[in-house]
This record gives sequence, C-alpha cells and structure tokens, in this order.
Amino acid sequence: MASVGIHDVRKSFGSVEVIHGVDISISDGEFVVLVGPSGCGKSTLLRMIAGLEQITGGEISIGERVVNLVPPKERDIAMVFQNYALYPHMTVQDNMAFSLKLAKAESAEIERRVKEAAEILGLGAYLERYPRQLSGGQRQRVAMGRAIVRDPQVFLFDEPLSNLDAKLRVQMRTEIKALHQRLTTTSVYVTHDQIEAMTMADRIVVMHDGIVEQIGSPLELYDHPANMFVAGFIGSPAMNFIEGRVARDAGETRIVSADGVRLPVPQTLQAADGHKVVYGVRPEHIELANGAGGVPAEVSVIEPTGAYTLAFVKMADAEVCAMFDERHAFRPGETISLAPRTDLVHVFDAETGRRL
Amino acid sequence: MAVDVNQRRAPAAIEQPGRLKRLSRSKGMMSLWFMMPAATILLLFLAYPLGLGVWLGFTDAKIGRSGVFIGLENYAWLFDDPVFWLAVFNTFLYTVVASIVKFGLGLWLALILNHHLPFKAILRAVVLLPWIVPTVLSAIAFWWIYDAQFSIISWTLVKLGILTEYIDFLGDPANARASVIAANIWRGIPFVAITLLAGLQTIPQSLYEAAVIDGASPWQRFRYVTFPMLTPIIAVVMTFSVLFTFTDFQLIYVLTRGGPLNATHLMATLSFQRAIPGGQLGEGAAIAVSMIPFLLAAILFSYFGLQRRRWQQGGSD
Repeated sequence: MASVGIHDVRKSFGSVEVIHGVDISISDGEFVVLVGPSGCGKSTLLRMIAGLEQITGGEISIGERVVNLVPPKERDIAMVFQNYALYPHMTVQDNMAFSLKLAKAESAEIERRVKEAAEILGLGAYLERYPRQLSGGQRQRVAMGRAIVRDPQVFLFDEPLSNLDAKLRVQMRTEIKALHQRLTTTSVYVTHDQIEAMTMADRIVVMHDGIVEQIGSPLELYDHPANMFVAGFIGSPAMNFIEGRVARDAGETRIVSADGVRLPVPQTLQAADGHKVVYGVRPEHIELANGAGGVPAEVSVIEPTGAYTLAFVKMADAEVCAMFDERHAFRPGETISLAPRTDLVHVFDAETGRRL
Repeated sequence: MAVDVNQRRAPAAIEQPGRLKRLSRSKGMMSLWFMMPAATILLLFLAYPLGLGVWLGFTDAKIGRSGVFIGLENYAWLFDDPVFWLAVFNTFLYTVVASIVKFGLGLWLALILNHHLPFKAILRAVVLLPWIVPTVLSAIAFWWIYDAQFSIISWTLVKLGILTEYIDFLGDPANARASVIAANIWRGIPFVAITLLAGLQTIPQSLYEAAVIDGASPWQRFRYVTFPMLTPIIAVVMTFSVLFTFTDFQLIYVLTRGGPLNATHLMATLSFQRAIPGGQLGEGAAIAVSMIPFLLAAILFSYFGLQRRRWQQGGSD
C-alpha cells in the first residue's frame, strides 16, 4: 500500500490541453473516487497514474517515488478496465495467474495466490472456465481477481461497473467497497455516476473540463458544494436553481426572483443588496408550506415512486422538482404552496458560480 | 372480458386439399424450388468439369480423339514416370518454402502496418499493389528482372563490384527454383499481410494495456496476446495461401515453362504441358486429378484448424 501524490499534473493531446494542472493527494489506504461528466479528464488522469498515458507536465508519485518516467509494470499498480480486458483465450485461472507467471513466480506460490483471490471473490468453481462462459458480473470479478493476486500498492478502477445492468451494479459496488474494507489497499476509482461516487468513496474528487472543482468527503460535497457545478452534479434528483437578486428590506434578507417571488435564505448571507445570485435548493429540502409564508407553485407532473413522490412544478419562473416522503395526489395545473428549508438552501454568485 | 369458451372450442371447418396441392404448399418443396437455380449453376459449372476431368483421367483421350476407358493405366504410367515425381517434389518445395516465407513476412508487415505510422493509408495501398497487378504482368516484370543479359539485379551487383559476371537466374535448376519461389512470395505477401492486419485490428487495445500493466514485454505481448488471438485468422489465411500456391500455374508458365530440365515444373504446369501442347488429354487429366488428395488434405487441415476453439465458444449471457 502507498499514498499517491498528483502535483500540478497537465496533459495535452497535440496542442489541446485536456488537463489543466490538477493537485490531489491520496493517503495510504484511502478509497478516492474521481467523478465528472464524460470528457472531464478523469479517465485520462487515471491512465496517467497507471502509466498508460505520458504526463505532459507536473508530477505523479506513488509512495515516495516519482513515477513520471517509470513504465507501468514497475509502478506496482493493478487496473480494472471498463470492458474487463480479460484475455479471451485463457481460463479464469490463467487470466489471474498471468502477471505472476510473467514475474516468474513459483508455481506453488501462483496457485496459492490465485486460490486465495478466487476464494475472496467466490470464483472457485469457475477457475477452468473461459471468459466467454461467464456472466458480466463474474467477468468483473475475474478482472478484480487479476488485480488482487498481484497484491499491488494501488488499485485503479476505470468505470468498472458501467457495462453491468443496474441491479448488478448496485450489488458489485457493495462488493468492491467490502473488498476495500478487507484489503485496505489504496484505490482510485473513476466513474461518471455520482451515486457510485457517493456510496463508495472515502473522498470524492469532482472534475470538470480538466480541472478539479472540489475535493471532499461525500457528505461535505452534498452539504457544502463549492460551486454550482458540484451542487448540480452531486445529488439525485439534481439541485434546483432559480435566478434572482439579493433584497434586503426591514432588516430581513431575501432572494427575489425575476417575477418577484420572494425566497427565504439564511440571514447570515454575506451579499450586497441587489447582487445577482442563483438560489439553489435540493428537491428533498422543499416542504409543503403550512399556512401562510409559502411560495406558490403550479404542478405540472407528479411521479409516485412508492418510496417517495416527485413533484415537478413551476415556481418563481423556474422548473423546480420537489421530493416528498409522503404520498400526495396533486393534479396537474393545481397550485400548491411550497417552503424551501431555509437552513439547507444554497446561494451562488450568478457570475462566478461560487458559493456565497 | 368474458370469452365464450364454447365458441373457441368449436372446430374450424378445415378443407382437405388434394395431395398435389399440399405438396406444393409444403415448406420443403418451397425450399427445393428456391434452391434449384443455384444448384443448377453449381452442377453445371463446378461439378460437371470436375467430373469430366476425373473421367478423362481414366481414358486414353487425345486431342481430336475421344478416348476409351482404360482404368488406372494412366496412373500406373505416371507412377513410373520420374518427371511426374520431380513435379510432385517441385510442387511441395514451392508450396512449403513460399508459404512459410509468405507467412513470416506477411505477419511482420501486418504488425508494422498496425502501428501508428505516417502515411498509413498510402502504405497499406502500396502493400496491396503486387496483389492487384495481373499475375501475367508481374511475371513478365520478373522475367526481365531475371533475364540472363538485362537483369537489373545482376547489373547492380556487377556495378557495385560484388559480382564479376551476370547470374543465370532461370537457366540453372537451383537458381530457377529459387527465382520462381521469390516471385511467388512477392506476389502472395499482400494477401497474407492485409488479411492478418484486419485480424490484428480486431484485438482490443485494452488487452494490450492490461498486458502492459501485468508486466508483459513487447515479445510477451505478441506471444501471449496477439498470436493466440490471431490463430483463427492465420488458419484461414494459410489454407488459402497454400491452396493458391499449390495450384500455381501462371507465374511458372510465363517465367520458365517448367524448365530448365523440368526443375520448376509444378503439377499444374506439367498437367497442362502433357494435355494441351502434348495432346495427351487423359494423362494430363490424371496428373491434375492426383493433385486432389493433397488439396483435400490441406482443406481438412484447415477444417480442423478452423474449428472454433473452446475459448471462442459462446457463453451463457
């Protein structure tokens, strides 16, 4: 196990810079998830850690050693690919043993390690099968087994669950997390799925357009997103955004939307009167107003899921989603009164997108 | 919605059509009709000439005289004919050496072309050139290259001071064999190279990345990833290559006509030589027919080679 340091790392393909100076320090044994929309550079960054891509600028270190010019096989890492990249002409056993065989390990040692990994992953019965004869989830396990047998310093996962169906994805993400708790090997995990990131990570790195938007624990990102991008990316359904201006009158601070609706905010908000802002509130932080003081909203669609009810409404000149634990039977076109939870709303600068 | 059960159970009045009508409506009959045109063409243009060739091999037909059945006399005659056995030897030498070299060089070329090279498209087109030029044309070009007086190879070597006299490429038996084999290799490489290149491009890049991380050297990546994944295609390519080489006629016929001293006579050229210029249709046909067992052996070899390996067989998903 080892820590991983990424210092001012840049990557260009030709004249196009795709990663613009990224700093992340990953401690020993930590499970870090790189998350972001496609094209944000997260996979490229992972491949640079693996040594599959050259580093254009900056420095990557594994443990104490700077690995910029170290070939992949000497970095002591193992990688799990999105398409598993299992060798189709080798049995499960041979797939897992391949790296040890190349390293000229003794055959008894190889067998012991493969058996051990197969046991951890429940693959014992499949050792003589070929990848084609396995289901998607089993192939994914073999890919992880191949990584485990090497006992590397760092595990790298490149969207390993993207090719699985939804149910299996949920199951495998629990398995990967359990595996990490057992092996405690430093892991870097790339995904575009924020739920995967939230459920698995010790720390999440949110990337966007080749820069790091925010680094923090899942709940930190949820509770205190640094900017509108993180706020909109983390959480499902996504946070609602309403444009407006800060209005201070009679000692009370409010956000007034374009059509004059007054939205409640914490009185500690540090912003000048008339400042252009974006008001952010998560669907789960909107309640039905009791009596007066609510914001009027016109219902357009109701989606009952059983566990909760989603209401898509038009409120303060914006499309807003609200999530209720109770079951409501609003009719489309009906006007209801909603109340954002003042202590849990977010206010962002309209120009910079930064949290105020 | 309630369904009237009685009504559903009521037997439908099925009319009993005549036998002929039923036959014409049957699926098997229909497929037979649809197969007819293709089957006719196959029988007419493939089976008939083949059958005729085999039949001729059992007769003493000559040009201008339809022969009579003489049993295995032609084959008995060939069995004692040293020229026939020389042609068999030549054919094997030609096929084995040319196929091995074509495979080696073709694979090497394919591996090079599979890399990111500048002008890759142009290079690939250039590689295909020997394959698209008509054989007779390239044979004539080689004829000039191998000419006893005007050979560019001899000229270059003499001018460079490496040799003092011109090489007799096609006049000396050993030289002639090497020369026709070289010409065949030149012509056959593109087929091997381009087909193997197509095979190489089906191997996912991530397998190589996984192998790099697993610690494989470039040679080990070839040995453990590229080669095993390429074997099904190699089996196809080499079967075709062997068949083409074994039955080669044009190159030899233009370059040497089987000479000198029958040193480059292949079974195909000898068969033609005996049957058409020599007029012995029966004997020529017998030589051609005696190629069939070898060709069948090559096809059987590939049939077993081509059988889907266990790792290629489908899974349960």
